[in-house]
Amino acid sequence: MSTTAVKQEGPAAVTSTPSVGSHVRGYWRRVRGGDIGALPAVLGLLVLCTVFAIMRPSFLSAGNFANLFTQGAAVTLIAMGLVFVLLLGEIDLSAGFASGVCAAVLANVVTVLGYPWYVAVAAAVLTGVVIGTILGLLVAKIGIPSFVVTLAGFLAFQGVVLLLMEEGRNISVRDSVLVAIANRNLPPLLGWTLAAVAVAGYAAVQLLRYRNRAARGLVTDPMVVVLARIGGLAVILGLAVYVLNLERSRNVLISSLKGVPIVVPIIAVLLVVWTFVLHRTSYGRHIYAVGGNKEAARRAGINVDRIRISVFVICSTMAAIGGIVAASRANSVDPNTGGSNVLLYAVGAAVIGGTSLFGGKGRVLDAVLGGAVVAVIDNGMGLMGYSSGVKYVVTGVVLLLAASVDALSRRRAAASGSR
Amino acid sequence: MSATPLLELRGIDKSFGPVQVLRDVAFAAYPGEVTALVGDNGAGKSTLVKCISGIYPTDAGQFVFDGRPVNIHSPRDAAALGIEVVYQDLALCDNLDIVQNMFLGREKRSGIILDEPTMEQMAAETLAGLSVRTVKSLRQQVSSLSGGQRQTVAIAKAVLWNSKLVILDEPTAALGVAQTAQVLELVRRLADNGLAVVLISHNMNDVFAVSDRIAALYLGQMVAQVKTTDITHAQVVELITAGRSGGLGLTGEPATNGNGAAPAGSTTGGVS
Repeated sequence: MSTTAVKQEGPAAVTSTPSVGSHVRGYWRRVRGGDIGALPAVLGLLVLCTVFAIMRPSFLSAGNFANLFTQGAAVTLIAMGLVFVLLLGEIDLSAGFASGVCAAVLANVVTVLGYPWYVAVAAAVLTGVVIGTILGLLVAKIGIPSFVVTLAGFLAFQGVVLLLMEEGRNISVRDSVLVAIANRNLPPLLGWTLAAVAVAGYAAVQLLRYRNRAARGLVTDPMVVVLARIGGLAVILGLAVYVLNLERSRNVLISSLKGVPIVVPIIAVLLVVWTFVLHRTSYGRHIYAVGGNKEAARRAGINVDRIRISVFVICSTMAAIGGIVAASRANSVDPNTGGSNVLLYAVGAAVIGGTSLFGGKGRVLDAVLGGAVVAVIDNGMGLMGYSSGVKYVVTGVVLLLAASVDALSRRRAAASGSR
Repeated sequence: MSATPLLELRGIDKSFGPVQVLRDVAFAAYPGEVTALVGDNGAGKSTLVKCISGIYPTDAGQFVFDGRPVNIHSPRDAAALGIEVVYQDLALCDNLDIVQNMFLGREKRSGIILDEPTMEQMAAETLAGLSVRTVKSLRQQVSSLSGGQRQTVAIAKAVLWNSKLVILDEPTAALGVAQTAQVLELVRRLADNGLAVVLISHNMNDVFAVSDRIAALYLGQMVAQVKTTDITHAQVVELITAGRSGGLGLTGEPATNGNGAAPAGSTTGGVS
């Protein structure tokens, strides 16, 4: 395709299959060079879990493990959307109350108007899309900084929730499907099946890529590393499903409580879908490009405005899904749904997970890892009997820590890169 | 070398409001040759390049590409003809790797999925075709590359698309000695591969090292376009600073300043 003739050396000149050792060394070099990714979140998670497990053995119980997922679900879902906005170096401060507005719409449609659950969910998600479109247009087309637009949204949506709630009454959500999302579990067998499907799918993707690249003589990760990744996922998923399938009920005779919470596969599917979009489609590539160098993206023929609007739509839509989960978990929607700490926890989750506030760096997985850290802090400190005051302070400090790690690793990257 | 130019401009005029930046400019770029475009700051080099690449519309003048008169109204028109510009500020994304940068905005896909193996292979072939050996891995982020390597990636990106004319805007301005030599070698190789190359530079050493022809702009006018072998270093500097040198350049009184009246015998070029 290229005009230039291929010389005899061909691509082999720039490709060679690395050994396991060089793969590990390469990773270590990237870490030292400031590209630490999710390492702090994973280490933090391990440290926090160890500390809480020693201080309060009940932290490690199956019941508490399941609680972690349902407690962290809404924040994690909102954080997944925020990752897209943060990738462009923008911010969405209104995501918390946007989720509140969508939850209020859901409650109104299903309880007050009496429509079936799917109509309510569609209405809530559509509300998210509309909110995101408005925010995105204001940022991209009029050129108001996203900080200001979404700060205004933060205030306005707070008011919209109040109006939808008819001056502060709360609306209960009793629809069995909606309540099940955050309160019911999958049958144990289905949990195992889904885990097996996930591992098999991951293995297929990894091995196919390996074969495809090897067949074309391109650099591949060593087979051992590929297998280790697949094995690692299998072990983590297997352990998680095993623990969640343990009996959690205090009294089995009254009711049995076991299985993977239904929110877990919902988060997992969204994680896979958004990861695919970010890393395997040109749309995702363009998001990274706009976040890295807007001018370069524009010159490459990328419609920058459209990308900017679309990330706000994704963010608000994910906020809507987070709002639905929050409404399900509380069995009701009140004027403070999506308020207080939800937004800051969500931003914190994304940043703690390794998404940069400066744009251009981040993954959807970061939101899940960071969401886990936030949920563990919240849950563990609660178990240890600390007041919410202490919890807020600690979460704030952790967020600050994560942001400093981000800023420092950026400096390190600038120093080790030769610019 | 070849007698017919790949790109020929005739009678190009361009004004920004009352300021006339280009006046009756003629310019030609030949396949297999490096044409150096020189001129002092404000002489109109960048404007001329932006007219060629379709970013600015011209007020008057003709474009002839490959023997056919053409109209270039947008960067897309220029790209369709095979004109690629490597800008001074590189236009690479630091957070993407080499392959991702080279295919930015024109990704190869199978279905909706990015076809990474094909892109990586094409990138490797292009770099190998340019005899680039300095890059360790095609999957390293551009932020980890040296200035010369970045310039190499930017140039490789431009030649990836069956381009016929590559315009380089001060490719060596920010580079050290060794890296400058590297990039100049690459520029020469582009021309040797049959492309028409336009090199904008302030550095006379670079110009004399690689160019086959030199085109000098002075206050928006093309004062000379000659073979590099027919001119000396000092003459080029005179052309750049005074607009004339011996028998070359402007005849009669030099223009007083950049926004003077249009020259006598104004152009009769067609609509661009």
